[in-house]
Amino acid sequence: MSSKENREAYWKANLKLMGLLLSIWFIVSYVLGIVLVDQLNTIQFGGFKLGFWIAQQGSMYVYLILIFVYAKKMNTLDKKYGVED
Amino acid sequence: MDLKTLTIVVVVASFILYIAIAIWAKARSTGDFYVAGKGVHPIANGMATAADWMSAASFISLAGIISFAGYDSSVYLMGWTGGYVLLALLLAPYLRKFGKFTVPEFIGDRYYSKTAKVVAVICLIIISFTYVAGQMRGVGIVFSRFLEVEILTGLIIGMGIVFFYAVLGGMKGITYTQVAQYCVLIFAYMVPAIFISVQITGNPIPQLAFGSNLAGQDISLLAKLDEIVTMLGFNAFTAGSKSTTDLLFITAALMVGTAGLPHVIVRFFTVPKVSDARKSAGWALLFIAILYTTAPAVGSLARLNLINTIQPGEVGAVDGNLKYSDKPSWFATWEKTGLLTFDDKNGDGRIQYYNDKNESFKAKADSYGWKGNELKVDRDIMVLANPEIAQLPNWVIALIAAGGIAAALSTAAGLLLVISSSISHDLVKGIIAPEISEKKELFIGRVSAAVAILIAGYLGANPPGFVAQVVALAFGLAASSLFPAILLGIFNKRVNKTGAVAGMIVGIVFTLSYIIYFKFMHLELNNADNWWFGISPEGIGSLGMIFNFVVALVVSKVTEEPPQEIQDLVESIRIPKEV
Repeated sequence: MSSKENREAYWKANLKLMGLLLSIWFIVSYVLGIVLVDQLNTIQFGGFKLGFWIAQQGSMYVYLILIFVYAKKMNTLDKKYGVED
Repeated sequence: MDLKTLTIVVVVASFILYIAIAIWAKARSTGDFYVAGKGVHPIANGMATAADWMSAASFISLAGIISFAGYDSSVYLMGWTGGYVLLALLLAPYLRKFGKFTVPEFIGDRYYSKTAKVVAVICLIIISFTYVAGQMRGVGIVFSRFLEVEILTGLIIGMGIVFFYAVLGGMKGITYTQVAQYCVLIFAYMVPAIFISVQITGNPIPQLAFGSNLAGQDISLLAKLDEIVTMLGFNAFTAGSKSTTDLLFITAALMVGTAGLPHVIVRFFTVPKVSDARKSAGWALLFIAILYTTAPAVGSLARLNLINTIQPGEVGAVDGNLKYSDKPSWFATWEKTGLLTFDDKNGDGRIQYYNDKNESFKAKADSYGWKGNELKVDRDIMVLANPEIAQLPNWVIALIAAGGIAAALSTAAGLLLVISSSISHDLVKGIIAPEISEKKELFIGRVSAAVAILIAGYLGANPPGFVAQVVALAFGLAASSLFPAILLGIFNKRVNKTGAVAGMIVGIVFTLSYIIYFKFMHLELNNADNWWFGISPEGIGSLGMIFNFVVALVVSKVTEEPPQEIQDLVESIRIPKEV
């Protein structure tokens, strides 16, 4: 693979991973935490209404997981394409 | 030891710690001064970012906002944490790879234009000064409340401390002081939260106590809270009152604004590697989330505590409300500060606390013989007075003071540093006098930090009437100006200087005008009927951001392509290391 092709393949893989993680970010915050909150609130989750819990607690746990997953996967990608620093 | 002496001891001890760190971490080069020599461990940077980010507002006001706004406050919880996902995925690693000192420097280089750099500096200064004025005010207020000195005296002491470690240590001094400040503030926040969680639910972990049953009862905290607040005519705690559109736009503006704030972005310039920048954003969010997931528990527990104190009996029963003469001692203490005020409207000697703005509740209130709400509670009390309401020991109260001061000082220092570096590095070294030596530039950096502290102090002492509003405004401005320019600079090679400059100007001018129109010129029109598409001024930054993106893309499309070396620059920041 030429260095240019290598670079493009790396960037594409990065964008794909980013797209996936940002979709989860979007769905959790805006769809589950805001738009569908009333529907989700009919479900009881421990001592919480589910929609309320997602908006005030769950969303933040998901953000944390997303960032650490991205950092870890990118390290693997960096190595795979030989661009790690 | 009495409370005041104890508080002074704790606060002075924390100051000695900060000063010792500053002397140890003195900046010796511009690299140390602007980006701590790029040698900060990702976890230490995570802590420093958390302290940088969490201001007096997060520490003192957030839990109070949650306790009165309930579900609606989710916009702040998600908005001020979700932005870190954007930062970690879309900005931090690439800006670290770019590897220079400031945000305007990136914009100036990527858009090969001094105009773009100057526009970015102007946006940065507007954003950071509005923010810092609120912090200095916070420092003054904490001092005056806990140490009983004048706000001005408190302000001068706070300025002196920041002056010492920001001017001497630059980014390096600030970083390691912020690490210490994070430890102080999180300890100060968690201790009372854990105490109160145990007292009310028996569960020591606030995040779990928030969903637990009340100790010895078969009803959950949230269900009980919903029940008693609705009986008093308030909105249920777990239900909201804002429109869905407005919630969406405010959350987006806060998230994007967070990712676009220069003092936060620049923290990721200080780590050694690109992979560290990604990781460090995760650590930053972890340290922030410890406080942010605790705040809703503190807010709900404090609200329950407050209402249980004021409303010991049945709602509507003659003896249901607390007699003013039976008030607990903390009540009198906080009445003196004006954060708690009681006005016996119906002259029955008892405290009626309910929602008198609720029309459908009015008939009931009338039948009880109530003539309006008699208790005004400032939201900041939910954190400041919480330990007293819950009857916690004095050392916990002293901790709250040290924590509040740590939160305000750490944020102020971070903001002052980005202001001074954009002046000494971007304006003086970058445009006005490129020939000056590094030593001279470092000196100018120190002088501009000193001047910025004086201006911030002045604004803190003589706040323009609109300080509270302008802090919220900073997010909208960052979202609509800097964020799109940086993002497009990394992800779209085709965007050129004309497009970026036009986009930033349209974004910030639109957002500023909308906010000024509704917040300063026509406050009486500031309601959902007059807003565009039902978007409040707090959320308008999201629309400004969309305009910025559209203008930048369209203008770039009809003007010339960026030169080859710029396209190569973009290629190179996309990979951690060239092969």
